[in-house]
Order: sequence, then structure tokens, then C-alpha cells
Amino acid sequence: MSSITELMPFIVLIPLIAGPICALLPGRALPWLLTTVSMATAFVLSAMTLAAVFDGVTLSYAFGNWAPPVGIEYRVDAANAFVALLITGVASVLLPWGRPIVDAEVPERQGSFYALLLIALAGLLGITLTGDVFNVFVFLEISSLATYGLIAHGRDRRALLAAFRYLIMGTVGATFLLIGIAFLYILTGTLNMADLATRLPSTEASRAMQVALGFIVVGLAIKLALFPLHHWLPNAYTYAPSLISALLAATATKVALYVMLRFIYDVFEPGYSFTALPLSAALMVMALGGMFAGSWLAMMQTNLKRMLAYSSVAQVGYMVLGVSLVTLAGLTAAFLHLFNHGLMKAALFASAGLVAWRCGSVRLEDMRGIGREMPWTLTAFALAGVSLIGIPPTAGFISKWYLISAAMEDGQIWLVVLILITSLMALVYIARVVEIAWLQPRPDDAPAVQEAHWTLLVPVWLLVAANFWFGIDTRLTVGGASMAAEALVGGRLLP
Amino acid sequence: MTVLSFFNYWAVIVLMMIGYYCMIVRGNMIKKIIGLGIFQTSVFILFISAGKVIGGATPVLREGVDVYSNPLPHVLILTAIVVGIATTAVGLALTVRIREAYGSIDDDAIDAVEGDDRA
Repeated sequence: MSSITELMPFIVLIPLIAGPICALLPGRALPWLLTTVSMATAFVLSAMTLAAVFDGVTLSYAFGNWAPPVGIEYRVDAANAFVALLITGVASVLLPWGRPIVDAEVPERQGSFYALLLIALAGLLGITLTGDVFNVFVFLEISSLATYGLIAHGRDRRALLAAFRYLIMGTVGATFLLIGIAFLYILTGTLNMADLATRLPSTEASRAMQVALGFIVVGLAIKLALFPLHHWLPNAYTYAPSLISALLAATATKVALYVMLRFIYDVFEPGYSFTALPLSAALMVMALGGMFAGSWLAMMQTNLKRMLAYSSVAQVGYMVLGVSLVTLAGLTAAFLHLFNHGLMKAALFASAGLVAWRCGSVRLEDMRGIGREMPWTLTAFALAGVSLIGIPPTAGFISKWYLISAAMEDGQIWLVVLILITSLMALVYIARVVEIAWLQPRPDDAPAVQEAHWTLLVPVWLLVAANFWFGIDTRLTVGGASMAAEALVGGRLLP
Repeated sequence: MTVLSFFNYWAVIVLMMIGYYCMIVRGNMIKKIIGLGIFQTSVFILFISAGKVIGGATPVLREGVDVYSNPLPHVLILTAIVVGIATTAVGLALTVRIREAYGSIDDDAIDAVEGDDRA
């Protein structure tokens, strides 16, 4: 038990240290190898950490042996470990897939590309594991700055614009978080999350505390791409290199959601958060807006990656909808969908990446009849799409099932109807791709397209298989999600 | 004169609004980055003001001084300044690349070129 406490910080430290080393490595093979090995190691450590905290234990590591709350503490319960496992797991599977695709999209200076990738992942993992609110801000900026650089690596010149606009919005979000943290520090004189959680309830409720909560929630909602603050996301995901789109879609917004939940449920009490501000109603309105606007815009797109990006906006809506119910079941559904959506979007973006690589375009009109040329890739896309729609036996079905049960338990039948309608909209946009790829004839003047090599298909199919595996065997996902929800609520009363 | 005694915080609010407005309204990317810098600086002042203890000396341990100002916000803001500089640097680097790719750094002018960019 104590040994895993000592090892747990290395989940962040390994990519953080490997990043600068990677920048110095020459050629293509070495940076990739170092990145893959360090993410695989971090994945093993995350799995060990999750196993250690699965029965409600909280691990605490004090950096530099400065005891918390003075020093920086890494504090890990089921909620952190669950998110860390998703990040490291998806990254470990996607990196072997991404190698030839990165060779094609970023032919030069791959050392610095992989270095940025490692630093972005280290930042995301740091946000996930840390127990210090100022540390959250620093890691958020570390991962964001690396991400801006990664998006700008896209081959299209619009990638630069997407990165710049994300930089402006992302920095506003992070600075809002910093303002919130400033108010918390002024009120309590501490930055440690556990210490804040004990001091805030005894602090007299004031306007300053309300403002702190408001700034933190809005700041993180920007990073989360919660409708209507999602404008940075579609362009960023569309023009980023394929590996980055897949990784970001599977991890970045999830981490933002996790931190938001950590603040709402753990740092502030849920009894305060949901009564001081009309958070429940506000989150529900934004979630429903995102579900409908995202699904609707996804149906209108002519670019496959942009369609998936808008679908992500809709899926973030499902997660936040679970949160807005303010029940343990709703929070469990949110964590469950956080994990499952990471799996399905990684699979979808990975197969879209193969199409982009082989076909040279992700415009739907260039994909006509491509299903017969690249059957394995497009089948993987269709099966991951099945999971996105939520048809049993897939992971997507499990998360929708839990979300619908949570809404029913809360007596909100109308939400069930809305969830079903947006699921049908997902069916429309996935079916449209399948129809174009399989049923329409390949134009005669279209360039010849070859199926990707099997070594690239294996990681994609691994992700698809995970979607089906976690649709049948839900011990890890449902168990982890309910442990995470319980760890966040921590026996406190929900309003 | 309670209004004047909160002078720092008034400065914070004014700077924050100037920076934020500049970021939203200006089409020129360099001006957006300048706005971003002003916006971030206002938050730095907020932190540092909170660390001031009235009658407190600079937080360097020495004989004959009992009351010190709180050094922690200064240290935090030192980190935040580094983050701010990194953000500005990345923003400026992107602006240079955008200028090379589009021949303009004006948001509206680029939008006119990329008509179908916003879907």
C-alpha cells in the first residue's frame, strides 16, 4: 500500500521528465519510442493506483516531504485514479496507431512534437492527481500551452487560426479559474483542496465565496467546451493532426469536467454549490443546449472530423446533464459516460484518422464508396458509431442506460425523451457516414485508396473491442464510476 | 474613505475590464494578446494586494521586525507571471505564423478569406 503511494506521483513525473528529453532526441523512432514507453509505464502505474484506491482508500503524497496543507499534496481517490486510467490507457493505445500518421502529417522535427505531446499529457495527469488548487491552475496552463502548439502542427493553415482562437478562449478560462482561486485564498488562507473543504463550511457564506464558485465554474466550462462556450472546439479538433484530435477528444474535456466536479462537490460542499448559485438549473440548460445544438450541427457537417467534434459537444452535454441532476446516480452516470465517451471518441477519431491518411481528405464527398476499399477501417468506425448512438451491447448503451435511470429516479421523464431524441440524431449522422461510405458508388475519377496496414488496425479494433467489452462486463466502468462518485460526495448530504 | 482604501481593487477591476474588452472587441491579434496581458496582470494585482498586511514589513527575516507581509501570494504570482509570459510567447509565435500563412493578422480580414471556416 505504501509503495504505491510512493510510485503514484510518477504517473505525472514520467511524462514531465521524458518531455524535455524527447525534445533533444534526433530522428523519428526514438522520440516515438520514449513517448510510448513512458505512457505505457504511466498506464501500469495508474492501473495499480486504481486497484489500490478501489475500496475507498485515499492516497496522499506530500512533495518534498512538506506536510500538507503547507506543501503540495497529491491526493488520489477513486475519482482521480479513474480519470488517470482513461488518459494513460487511451494514450497507450493511440500512440502505436499514430506513428505512421504523425510521419505523414508532421514530417519534420518530431522530437519537439512528441515532447509537446508528453508535456500536454503530463499537464492533464497533473490536474487529475493534484490536491492543490494552485497546482491545478499551473498544470492546466502547462497542458493548454502544449496543446496550442500541437494543434498548430496541423497541415492546414486554418490549424494556426484554430490554435490562436483556442489560446484566447483557453487563457480566459484559466484566468477565470485563477480569479476564483484568488477569492478562495483570500477567504481561507489555504490552497490545499482537503484543507479548503474543511475550512470553507465554517467560513461565513459571503458574496466573495459565491463569486469564487461562479468564476471557477465558468472558467472550467470554457475548457470543458460546455455549450455555449464550445466555439474553440470544432476548429481545434478538425485541423489538429489526427493523433492530437483523437487524444484531445478522448481526454482533455474529460479532465476539465473532473476538475469542475472536484470543485463543486469536494472543495465546496454540494449543499453550498447548488444553493448559493442556481447551478443545477444552469448546468441542465447548458447541457440540453449542447446536446441539441451539437447533434444538430453534427448532422449538418460535410467534414468527418468536424462532425465528430460537434458530436463531442453533444456528448459533453450528456455528462453535464448527469451532474445537473444532483444525485449520486446522476454523478455516477456522468463519470461512466466520461470514461465510455473517451473510449468511443478515441475509436471514432482513430478510424477517421486512418481515412484522412489513406484518402487524403475527410470531406464526406471524397469518402463515397470508400467502405469497399477500406472495409476494416470503416467497419470499426460503424461499430464505434453504434456505441456512440447507444445501442446494446456497447459501452455507449451502458452510460445512456445509467443516465436515463438517474433521470427516472429523479422523476424527470421529459429528460428521458430528450435523451432519446438526441440519440436518434446521433443515429442520423453516423448512418449518413455509413451510407456514403458503403452504399454510394466510388466515383470513377477518384484516386485509388488502399486499406491501412494491419498494425494500424489493431489499436483501432482494440478500442472498438473495448467499447463492446465494457458494454458487457461493466465491473470496471460502473464500479469505478460509482466509487468515483462516492469519493467525491464523501458522505455529504446532497441538497 | 472606504472607497479609496480599496484603491488596489478598483485598479484590478478597471484593468480587468480594459483587458477583457480589448480581447473581445479588437480584431487585431497583437491587440488581443495585449488585452490578454492586461487581463492577466489585473489578477496578479488582486493576489498581491491580498498578501499585504497593514504595517507589515517586506517578508525577509531580520531583527526588530515582528509583522511581515504574507510572502505566499508573491511566490504564487511569480509562477503565474511565468505562465503569462509563456502564453504571450506562444500567442505571438502563432501570430507570426498566421501572418506568414494569410498575410494579415486581422481576424475579420482572415474571416473574409476563409469564408467557409465557421460552420
